[in-house]
Amino acid sequence: MTRREFLKNTLRLTGALAMAGSAIEILKPDSVFSARPSDVRWVFLVDTYKCVGCGMCVRACKLENEVPYDANVTRTWVERYVLTKDGRLLADSPKGARDGFISPRIDLGMGEYREIRPEEIEKAFFVPKLCNQCENPPCVQVCPVGATYQASDGVVLVDRKWCIGCGYCIMACPYGVRFFHPVYKVAEKCNFCYHRINKGLKPACVLACPFDARRIGNIKDPDDPVTKVITKERVSVLKDEYGTKPQVYYIGLSKEVR
Amino acid sequence: MHVLRPLFVFLAFVGIVLMARFLYVPADFGIHERGYMYGWHRKSNEEEWKQVRVKYQGMEYCSGCHPDKNKALRESPHRIIQCENCHGPAIEHPSEPLKLSIDRSRELCLRCHTYLPYPTSNRSNIKGIDPERHNPGIECFMCHNPHKPGPGR
Ligand code: HEC
Ligand code: HEC
Ligand code: HEC
Ligand code: HEC
Repeated sequence: MTRREFLKNTLRLTGALAMAGSAIEILKPDSVFSARPSDVRWVFLVDTYKCVGCGMCVRACKLENEVPYDANVTRTWVERYVLTKDGRLLADSPKGARDGFISPRIDLGMGEYREIRPEEIEKAFFVPKLCNQCENPPCVQVCPVGATYQASDGVVLVDRKWCIGCGYCIMACPYGVRFFHPVYKVAEKCNFCYHRINKGLKPACVLACPFDARRIGNIKDPDDPVTKVITKERVSVLKDEYGTKPQVYYIGLSKEVR
Repeated sequence: MHVLRPLFVFLAFVGIVLMARFLYVPADFGIHERGYMYGWHRKSNEEEWKQVRVKYQGMEYCSGCHPDKNKALRESPHRIIQCENCHGPAIEHPSEPLKLSIDRSRELCLRCHTYLPYPTSNRSNIKGIDPERHNPGIECFMCHNPHKPGPGR
């Protein structure tokens, strides 16, 4: 190869690479690193003292969001915790509490049940669960195709047309709130009833709860009653140590709840 | 020249991939408000989620057409329960569906009224019964008015 040829080829190659490179979007640093603020940030408040475990929220959620009613998957569910005086912890959530808790025996799964005598019980309570719409959602970070994302108001959504059903997000969620939609075959999750909150309506579960155990609010509005509770009262979140910054706040969370 | 042929093949391949990407990826797919880490998505999907049909209408919706039931319920200890919790989502009732379902099962009432020995839970503030002892086999509405429970039907 002569020197002349070498220089010519180098020039051609650089040109070709530049052409290809120009076709790929050039990312501006500010769009990569900074988030643009919005004046709404949806948050949720659960009062475990108020919950009676009727499961009306689960039923309403399934019907409102067209989650197949008889499939054992649900966007929200209620867990029952029973602690005995001798230190045992029993927890169950049959069908996600779609039909509530109509018997004192604990459902151990696989058709097995445990009876507990009232005098054995130290404490017992119900804990509703739903998507935490984390400020740092790990489920979004792992999506290889950009099918799950966070909207400017904090709600994490799944694009059903874009999702390839790989299941990474389901594995990544530390709260286990994601599942496969049995009909659409894509990842599915609670989105605070995005269609309702954007019309000024309460999420279906909040509407259905007779006991005010579930509430939704905008943390960026200082006059919002939910914001006032979260900022002024003693609330906690689930699995704080994971650094996901969950945005479902709980009143009366016990250390046994995971 | 023959040494350059693989390069041309490669360039053509890159061109095809870019072309396919251009045609396949929608124009609104990109980085949005939450930045590259959390906001990389198809913008119009947000609108698609907002278009989902509302099914639960709330108690106010029923009051105009079923004033008797509404009044009875409002004055009863069941006033905190949404009509649709017992009758299913209204959707566009009465045009679609024509009638809402009536759940007369004992299980509906037992969601709240099965006695559970949980003094640390709000459940203990609701009058509880033992379903195996409290008139088993007979539906609750036969003796209790679901819209106005209390002494006398
Ligand atoms: C625009 C008026 C209207 C509204 C609003 C409305 N209904 Fe109705 N509802 C009707 C009519 C008309 C029927 C049919 C009555 C019939 O054919 O016996 C009906 C039937 C029903 C039935 C069945 C009655 C039966 O005997 O089978 C139930 C239950 C019911 N409505 C509950 C509700 C609830 C709960 C709401 C609120 C979420 C509601 N309705 C709102 C007009 C209305
Ligand atoms: C706690 C559950 C519950 C709630 C809450 C409830 N219902 Fe009912 N409803 C029933 C049951 C059970 C029946 C069947 C009663 C019967 O057959 O005697 C019924 C019957 C009806 C009927 C038709 C039968 C009739 O007696 O005419 C209508 C209409 C109705 N309800 C409307 C309403 C409306 C409107 C509300 C809200 C204001 C409401 N219900 C709230 C449980 C409920
Ligand atoms: C979502 C929870 C819930 C459901 C479902 C429910 N109830 Fe109630 N019920 C309550 C509450 C709360 C009260 C008021 C507190 C109390 O007196 O226990 C109550 C009160 C009652 C009372 C006692 C009234 C009194 O003061 O003596 C009766 C009887 C009753 N309900 C019957 C029924 C029947 C029958 C059904 C099914 C059609 C039903 N309940 C469904 C929550 C519920
Ligand atoms: C055969 C009639 C009958 C049937 C069926 C029936 N009850 Fe009752 N229930 C009564 C009578 C009578 C009382 C009041 C006397 C009493 O306290 O035992 C009562 C009382 C109650 C009370 C109040 C208890 C208290 O501590 O004051 C509740 C709650 C209740 N019933 C719920 C239900 C539920 C839920 C069902 C269905 C699973 C049901 N009942 C079925 C007749 C009936």
